Amino acid sequence: MDTKNIMIVGVGGQGTLLTSRILGGIAREAGYDVKLSEVHGMAQRGGSVVTFVRYGDSVAEPIVEEGCADVLIAFERLEALRYAHFLKKDGVLIANDQRIDPMPVVIGAAEYPENILENLEKKYKVLKIDAMSEAKKLGNARAFNTIVLGMAAKHMDFSKEAWLSVIERTVPPKTVELNKTAFLAGYNL
Amino acid sequence: MAEKKIMLGNEAIARGAWEAGVTVSAAYPGTPSTEISESIVKYDEVYAEWSPNEKVAMEVAIGASMAGARALASMKHVGVNVASDPLYTVSYIGVNGGLVLVAADDPGLYSSQNEQDSRAVARASKIPVVEPSDSGEAKEFIKFAYDLSEKYDTPVMLRTTTRLSHSQGLVTLEERAERELKPYVKDFRKNVMMPGNAKGRHLHVEARENQMAVDGCDFPINRVEMRDTKVGVITSGIPYQYVREAMPDASVLKLGMVNPLPKQLILDFAKKVETLYIVEELDPIIEEQVKSWGVACKGKELLTVQGEYSANMLREKILGQTLELESPAAAPQRPPILCPGCPHRSTFYAIQRLGLHAAGDIGCYTLGAVAPLSVVDTTVCMGSSISTLHGMEKARGKEYVKNWVATIGDSTFMHTGVNSLMNMVYNQATGTVLILDNSTTGMTGHQDHAGTGKTLKGDIVNAIDVTKLCEGMGVPNVRTVNAFDVKALMAAIKEEVAKDELSVIIVKAPCALLNKAKITMQYKVNPDTCRACGSCMKPGCPAMTKGADGKVVINDTMCNGCGLCAQLCPFGAIEKVEV
Repeated sequence: MDTKNIMIVGVGGQGTLLTSRILGGIAREAGYDVKLSEVHGMAQRGGSVVTFVRYGDSVAEPIVEEGCADVLIAFERLEALRYAHFLKKDGVLIANDQRIDPMPVVIGAAEYPENILENLEKKYKVLKIDAMSEAKKLGNARAFNTIVLGMAAKHMDFSKEAWLSVIERTVPPKTVELNKTAFLAGYNL
Repeated sequence: MAEKKIMLGNEAIARGAWEAGVTVSAAYPGTPSTEISESIVKYDEVYAEWSPNEKVAMEVAIGASMAGARALASMKHVGVNVASDPLYTVSYIGVNGGLVLVAADDPGLYSSQNEQDSRAVARASKIPVVEPSDSGEAKEFIKFAYDLSEKYDTPVMLRTTTRLSHSQGLVTLEERAERELKPYVKDFRKNVMMPGNAKGRHLHVEARENQMAVDGCDFPINRVEMRDTKVGVITSGIPYQYVREAMPDASVLKLGMVNPLPKQLILDFAKKVETLYIVEELDPIIEEQVKSWGVACKGKELLTVQGEYSANMLREKILGQTLELESPAAAPQRPPILCPGCPHRSTFYAIQRLGLHAAGDIGCYTLGAVAPLSVVDTTVCMGSSISTLHGMEKARGKEYVKNWVATIGDSTFMHTGVNSLMNMVYNQATGTVLILDNSTTGMTGHQDHAGTGKTLKGDIVNAIDVTKLCEGMGVPNVRTVNAFDVKALMAAIKEEVAKDELSVIIVKAPCALLNKAKITMQYKVNPDTCRACGSCMKPGCPAMTKGADGKVVINDTMCNGCGLCAQLCPFGAIEKVEV
């Protein structure tokens, strides 16, 4: 199999690491070679963060090159815009329709772009979701990232059961049920 | 079949050290090296500690090696500078039990103050360097490093980079090789580095380097992959993976040992290929040596000495391909920021209101340098805030530093701030030092230190009392203020900077992320009483936004309930809510 390139982008603190670990876990379970690249340290403090996941028969570099991403999972609109050029021509953008103002916008030094997802739709296949509202319906806003993952899961090569089983073994024990429910909420949308 | 597990580069390094029979590990946290210690501590056979700084960590590992154990010291690249004093000399002493230093470089500056290349330190201190290119190799290479260390009587550096340390890949798990402690041997000529003995040991160092350069040609970690001979590439570490992606047909000499270089192997490879490229991130360490041997090759004239490489970069710069890529969209930057509820925000807000400058230090609170707070004027290295403030006073006088404070975190204070404060006491400084005590090492992800009362192993111990420490040194004014009480904090700073005496203010409140799960209250804006004046927005809390009507909204998924905004509202429009 050709190497599959997945990217997860968002704002530091939104849980990109947990999502990438679930992805890495499922690719490994399916018997693929897999490499992930993460961001730790200062950038995690509310900065723009990007995580790469690559799986296939044999994976060399741990990063996704520009123009090569099969699936781009964006937890925030501005971050979707920032990294959209990493998508390959028939790639899919799964975008959480949420706005988090970066500090230059908060202090009035820059403007948050309007109609980001609508503009991206003209160029790319975009699936958007207001995962924060969906998560609040489930009673816990923090589960929003697993809902987004559920939506992205349909564009990858693994069964629903496999996903649920990896989630069970990857997330903190107290949050297993919440995360499974959240995953299915996204998956069934 | 042996079990394969997906592991972070740093976890793999720890696993390899454990398999190699390491029993002592010492480190100070620093991105991208931190997870090595956090992983190795999980193995019961290993004693692992957070030392107060990298020099101490290196010396702990040296002592353990002298005592006959296999020992590990791990640190980020700038930590190697702190440890370089013992490092340059333990190169002469050599080892008893195997001794490996993991140096974690940060090309691309993800979380560092410079982009230095640790291979240069290894060359200067004349110690061998192994450099893996994925998690699997990280585990193998550190085991090999311990064998090299004992065989050649030398400390060995394992060089990693952020991309390797923070990437995950498959690792084949093997058993641990339990090792007896080597007998301790009193050896005056080897272990006491006074001039007469060091002269003799320097001979050993030079002979060792020469021998390893020869023997290295046969080390399995130095590998030739002959393919098309038109193009040959010498590379190592993570860049090897980019070469594989971009130039799958090229012949490759993959160096696992990058110091000393296996000269004959390189000369032989160079002869077999028509055009030779050297692909290495950061400085031209391999390239300059190879060129000095009269070998024609191309490297830094095509490739940068800054930042990380990528396969696309090699396609463009070496293969001359024009890649039809979309340009990145114009998007406002999203730099890192202080978290909602961070006690540093309130501290810097107080400093800003008083119109003071801050000599800054290394930690999350370096972010006090950026808008909207913008009060941190200087940042050099760990512990430097206190000593640079002292230098300013000596240059411009005590009246001048009444406009300044030094800001340093509790962990950084323990690291090297203590020495600097000692200097202020000794040399009669009158400046004011703010120790921002958030009870943890924040930026690297919450590690304990000598002031928190807990060890890396999780043992509860006596916490060093910072107040008593400062008083014991003779600091005439030491006081503690709650970081979130802005009025009290401003009053305290104003009073202390005005004095013609040295002062320390311990500004105390735990890191907002330490107790995130335990938040019991948040704040919300009452739209009926909010007058859209924007006072609460001034410290730049990311949980707060202005609505279309100019009134403020607090994001309830982000608010950590610090209450700074409520203190700043002149109209009492920000209310506490239980959650």
